[in-house]
Amino acid sequence: MTKSSVPDTQGDSQYDLIIIGAGPAGMAAASTAAREGLTVALMDEQCSVGGQIYRAIQHTALQYQQILGADYYAGQTLLAAFEQQLNAEQSQITYLPNSMVWSVEDDLVVSFSSGEISHRLRAKKVLLATGAMERPVAFPGWTLPGVMTCGAAQILLKQSALAPAAPLVLAGSGPLLLLIAAQLNRAGVAITAVLDTTPKGRYLKAAKYLWGALKNPILLKKGLGLLQELKKSGIRYERQVSDLKAIACEQGIQLEQVQFSVSGKVQQIDCNSLLVHQGVVPNVQLSRALGLAHQWQALQQCWSPVRDTWGQSSHADIFIAGDGGGIAGAVAAECQGQLAALKIAEQLERINPQVLVQQTRPIQRILAKQLSIRPFLDQLYQPAEAFLKPLGDTIVCRCEEISADQIRKIAAQGVAGPNQAKAFCRAGMGPCQGRMCGLTVANLIADEQNRTVEAVGYYQIRSPIKPLTLSELADLAD
Amino acid sequence: MTNVSNFKRLPSRHDASVTVFVEGQAVQVQAHDSAAAAILAAGLGHSRTTPITGSGRAPYCMMGVCFECLVEIDGQANTQGCMTLVREGMQIKRQQQARLLTDSQHD
Ligand SMILES: Cc1cc2nc3c(=O)[nH]c(=O)nc-3n(C[C@H](O)[C@H](O)[C@H](O)COP(=O)(O)OP(=O)(O)OC[C@H]3O[C@@H](n4cnc5c(N)ncnc54)[C@H](O)[C@@H]3O)c2cc1C
Ligand code: FES
Repeated sequence: MTKSSVPDTQGDSQYDLIIIGAGPAGMAAASTAAREGLTVALMDEQCSVGGQIYRAIQHTALQYQQILGADYYAGQTLLAAFEQQLNAEQSQITYLPNSMVWSVEDDLVVSFSSGEISHRLRAKKVLLATGAMERPVAFPGWTLPGVMTCGAAQILLKQSALAPAAPLVLAGSGPLLLLIAAQLNRAGVAITAVLDTTPKGRYLKAAKYLWGALKNPILLKKGLGLLQELKKSGIRYERQVSDLKAIACEQGIQLEQVQFSVSGKVQQIDCNSLLVHQGVVPNVQLSRALGLAHQWQALQQCWSPVRDTWGQSSHADIFIAGDGGGIAGAVAAECQGQLAALKIAEQLERINPQVLVQQTRPIQRILAKQLSIRPFLDQLYQPAEAFLKPLGDTIVCRCEEISADQIRKIAAQGVAGPNQAKAFCRAGMGPCQGRMCGLTVANLIADEQNRTVEAVGYYQIRSPIKPLTLSELADLAD
Repeated sequence: MTNVSNFKRLPSRHDASVTVFVEGQAVQVQAHDSAAAAILAAGLGHSRTTPITGSGRAPYCMMGVCFECLVEIDGQANTQGCMTLVREGMQIKRQQQARLLTDSQHD
């Protein structure tokens, strides 16, 4: 793929649309917008397109396609459409890989770092397609080397064909846990056990949403298929696992064991790798820094930026597509990218309202099907209380090493919310800027003060959303 | 360097044709590997120690959100290993209890 070079930023370049994030939402939006004649800049901090699901789709490391499966390689179709637009003779798309966006301002100036140099661009409209991250859940020992997320292991599979050291245990809940366990198993990686932490009674609770789920039988069948695949493989599969704990070796420097309970019985398994997962939540760092309106999603137990059915946020010129606006998966992300791009094209008077309706109807049908199964999945795989509200000396803020007890103590003393807690104990002040502890800190304050997480709120996030180097900061002063 | 915990390479479409140095030891990696992947392939164990208690940490999310993969790359501290592709001859070193230079900007 020909990469566009970083444009001259001396005089602020003008684009119709700047898209941040080149996952399914961003790629689909870029192709659609370019097709309608909009000039587009597509930025991503990764070195290639694909986002999380289709990571490394241009250069997948694994030799055998059956490992990642058809849903992964479906990304090649999206890629082909994007490449066709990108490489067209008079391409409307400027693709900027290795470009980390650290600020978007109200006046639609986008600041990003590329090759340790800061750049600024401006557009008429901005689309945030920054996706999701795995829900950070604190449990005893989760900071030990040897413990990482399931998604991290999957990234290593896709991009590098690397498999975690044996013995290997996976623990958590959700469709991605099952998918990644199946992918590792297909790759011939020995899995000692899968510890499913989905609490008792969840199927019953989720049953009321089954009607919606049945509107998408294919997706439902896929999930059941993964369970069956794991069962057939003979991998030890423990259900209703609780009290998960990663235990260090004698020197305290490396994971040695995982401890857990099933039906009140405490057990241990020796392992060098423990992969954990509790679903995904929107990555709200940019939408928060922009001060966009957010709402609490009770079923998903997370915040998402408010958006209408086109993806328009509380700022009229800023749109949001994909999992960054609420979790719905890759196919939905692609649809939302297309819808946002078409609406923007209409607002910029490149297509008329009738064409908009015509073009979007089939997309909305596909999207509705994807959305119909979500309440069922969200209820079924809502993390167990213990993961949302950790106890004792479990580290909550990994950067500043603040424990659950420390947060609880501050909360009991009447701290107003996460921002004041930050000022009192530095939780959320390290390099990750609260990405890993924000939800947990709010949950702990809510728990101690008998308030709802919604009422407690979230950290105030400010730009730059990632720490900059001195040279990048110096560029700003120029 | 202990190797009990190193990640293993599965059959790959790419060659391990790039040499990087993890804590001074030469490691053969693939061109699309990140510095964090190189660390895991080398079995480094912890790749940084925390500024506060000095406890060891290793890459956790591999997608740029946790900042546990902060290492020193070619002399530049506080570099996100999972967001940095390997280059021939790259020197990757553990980051020992370093604070961010720009830490105060978020106070
Ligand atoms: C680790 C992980 C693995 C997953 N694996 C699967 C899977 O195998 N199957 C599946 O169905 N679903 C998977 N998902 C769920 C996933 O959220 C959706 O399937 C899909 O990728 C969402 O598409 P998207 O376009 O909304 O966002 P993403 O695909 O996440 O793309 C967002 C892009 O934005 C970029 N970005 C974010 N912030 C910035 C910034 N500040 N500056 C520049 N670029 C930025 C990111 O680098 C990324 O490329 C995974 C999620 C995660 C977090
Ligand atoms: S491993 Fe999480 S930011 Fe690099």
